Amino acid sequence: MALLRPGIDATRHRRMQLWRERFIEFALRSSALFAVVGLLLIIVFVFREAAPVLFDRETQREASVPGFFATPLWQPVGDVPKYGIVPLLVGTFKVVVVAMVFATPLAVLAALFSSEFASPRVREAIKPVIEILAGIPSVVMGFFALMVLASWLQQWTGSTIRLNAVNAGIALGLGVIPTIYTVAEDALRAVPRSYREASLGLGATPWQTAWHVALPAASAGVGAAVLLGLARAVGETMIVLMASGNAAIISGDPFDSVRTLSASIAAELAEVVVGSPHYSVLFFLGALLFTITFIINVAAGVFVERLRKRLAGA
Amino acid sequence: MSSDTLRDVRPLPRARAFDVQGVSLTALSGLSAALIALMVAVILGDIVGHGWQAVTWEFLAGAPRNGMTEGGIFPAIYGTVLLVLLMVVALIPFGVGAAVYLHEYADPYAWTTQAVRFAVNNLAGVPSIVFGLFGLGFFIQFVGRSIDQGLGLDVVWGQPSLIWAALTLAVLNLPVVIVTTEEALKTVPREMREASLALGATRWQTVRYVLLPQAMPGILTGAILAVSRGAGEVAPILFTGAAYFLPYLPSSPTDQFMELGYHVFVLATQSPDVEATRPILYGTVLVLLGLTLLLNLTAIVLRARLRARLLGRS
Amino acid sequence: MRPSRHARAAVLFTLLAAVPSHAGRGITVKGSDTMVILGQRWAETYMNQNAGQVVMVTGGGSGTGIAALINGTTDVCQSSRAMKPDEKLKLRDRFQTTGIEIPVAKDGLAVYVHTSNPVRELSLEQLRGIYMGTITNWKQVGGSEATIILYSRENNSGTYVFFKDVVLGGRDFSPRAQTLPGTAAVVNAVSKDANGIGYGGGAYAKGVREVALKRTATAPAVLPDVKTVQDGSYPLSRPLYFYLRKKPEGDVRRFVDWVLSDAGQQLATQVGYFPLR
Repeated sequence: MALLRPGIDATRHRRMQLWRERFIEFALRSSALFAVVGLLLIIVFVFREAAPVLFDRETQREASVPGFFATPLWQPVGDVPKYGIVPLLVGTFKVVVVAMVFATPLAVLAALFSSEFASPRVREAIKPVIEILAGIPSVVMGFFALMVLASWLQQWTGSTIRLNAVNAGIALGLGVIPTIYTVAEDALRAVPRSYREASLGLGATPWQTAWHVALPAASAGVGAAVLLGLARAVGETMIVLMASGNAAIISGDPFDSVRTLSASIAAELAEVVVGSPHYSVLFFLGALLFTITFIINVAAGVFVERLRKRLAGA
Repeated sequence: MSSDTLRDVRPLPRARAFDVQGVSLTALSGLSAALIALMVAVILGDIVGHGWQAVTWEFLAGAPRNGMTEGGIFPAIYGTVLLVLLMVVALIPFGVGAAVYLHEYADPYAWTTQAVRFAVNNLAGVPSIVFGLFGLGFFIQFVGRSIDQGLGLDVVWGQPSLIWAALTLAVLNLPVVIVTTEEALKTVPREMREASLALGATRWQTVRYVLLPQAMPGILTGAILAVSRGAGEVAPILFTGAAYFLPYLPSSPTDQFMELGYHVFVLATQSPDVEATRPILYGTVLVLLGLTLLLNLTAIVLRARLRARLLGRS
Repeated sequence: MRPSRHARAAVLFTLLAAVPSHAGRGITVKGSDTMVILGQRWAETYMNQNAGQVVMVTGGGSGTGIAALINGTTDVCQSSRAMKPDEKLKLRDRFQTTGIEIPVAKDGLAVYVHTSNPVRELSLEQLRGIYMGTITNWKQVGGSEATIILYSRENNSGTYVFFKDVVLGGRDFSPRAQTLPGTAAVVNAVSKDANGIGYGGGAYAKGVREVALKRTATAPAVLPDVKTVQDGSYPLSRPLYFYLRKKPEGDVRRFVDWVLSDAGQQLATQVGYFPLR
């Protein structure tokens, strides 16, 4: 604060203060808009580098959108590069399905347990466990899946391929459990107590209340939780890069090795010449990944909004 | 859908003396929570069990030797610390500014505010590998190249380096800081704002001398969570600055750097002698994990205090 | 006003930190992961012998190194394969030069199998069949009844390109081949997989067994060693290169000369490669 020196006109001081207030508000608003600008810049620059695939004739002779579906092979380095993205889409889909099948029941049931059945003390004990899981960096999870989990799973399942979609999917599932759990638990706990009291008062047991009252009331929030987990699973990189074996195969067998969109970008981008067709194709994969996760996130936002309205209307 | 309605109409089954469904649902959900806890324990146990012997003073303070099969990880620790410090310096003013604007200044129903909230929510869902693409496409290829051309330099800014990696991580973590700061601002009672304004303080003075000091734990929490995430994320720095190996410590923002998470990836997949590297690999994982978990723990404690204050009031 | 002082300090810090330091940048060497140990060993010894010289070596793959050379972000590119014509064109577009190629050592590309695998030798044709996916069972090449699990390198590595060109004759790998991000990952995977097969720099082969190779079905089987790599009787040997944008001068020249000297070549042998002479 500038001190008000004697002799300076008080109104002038007021005016300066007013200007300063305006300037600060402007600066704060700019900071807030920075988030919007950041998101726009991501869109602009990722799509800009991917644009040659869509608009540049020279690039299109080597890599174009119809070409992505014309070959079942992803062999981007060679005399005739082959950019078939179908195996990458299949691979991403397989890993994500395994991850979600593994993570969703565990996380939702654990959230149900914590919000409906657990004593406050047990609930307080679960929270740090989830926070620890959330705090494990994905490269550490990938390391664990690569070095330890893969060997265990191979012993248990007897699969011929050590690094496969199940291995990567389980590690990935562990990575998304905290997201699903946290959002689902928040939604369950946001269900008004009056719902439960009414149900219990009518003679329902606690599990009936949990299953038939609390869970349906929070279903939009649980849906959002699953969607947010899904978006994370689709975009997660280091775990699948390290634990999936990265073979670009079109196959339905979960014990085959898989290559995902995100892992392809991570494995190949550092090497390519800036501006080459391969470079543009990898940015195109990034744009695709961005679009998919963006749609899922927006959908999750819609679910959250619906939950808010439903609980507010009650 | 129809079965749901039917179920609503039918009276709920009467609770029996021994409620099989109830017990099994409770058990199943409890089991899920226990299973998650067990998996976390197994992962931590494996890493701590194999890693603790490797973590010695020489390991923490030494540089990798003999093609990374011997020596320590000091350059990686140093690079990580430098990276997150630069990130926090760039991140906090914008993040806190945006949160203050959203919570104290903005009209919640104005479309600009809605746009900012939409951007923040979706920024949080962008896959980390896409941030890596963004960092390469925007910061390095666009901003960096432009600086080099403007200053007539050879290639100084237009290549992967510490500053671009830090800025990429800053954008990635913007939502974390905005959300936690806003949460903290929510805990400041309205009476304090009113009292301050009634005493003739301007809006900014109220923010500066009343709200920000009150929200400081929240801001700290956000910063710590951002640091923890920044230290663990590898995908965004793969193309924006992390180096495989450097014989010297980075001294300028345009230098490349070694980083703990990336070092884990390198040791796990590219070390020249897998068996000789194993203890070093486990040690590095333990250090990284210890660092992120310690930071998370601090954030948890801070947030718990904040929550306690919120509860104490209502 | 306190807040703005903080802000000013922050700005000042950023600006100060942002002054690029040209001093002590040294020579940057980037590229092949196969050559990273070699390059690091050269750099370590060279820096010990020549105070004040800084050589920094990073990996990422030959493609990475060549891309960095073309993008102007490295002085020396280490590559385990020759530059391709289109890469030379790109370099010419940017720097009006097709680059300087300097062979600095030789490598015998080893083929690894699990230590328990009874298969001791393979012909190049068998190896091609295995990696193209036409031979899928170890029984077909004299081993036991088991599916062959293929491990390959990520497509940014010179090792990948060399193997594709020489063994597969430029044709595509079987899509079932798992591509791992580094030779260490390949060795690690093969060491844990009784039915696995992988390939990579000879210097890495620890915990796995090297397979002797035959040029034709009737030719003698040869393991990679100094003699067979230098006289070319081992079929998968290749030169390792330094690439530069222009004729080396100053510090870069001193370093390159030293690498080619007896002292430098001696070090190549120590880390599992083979000297040029």
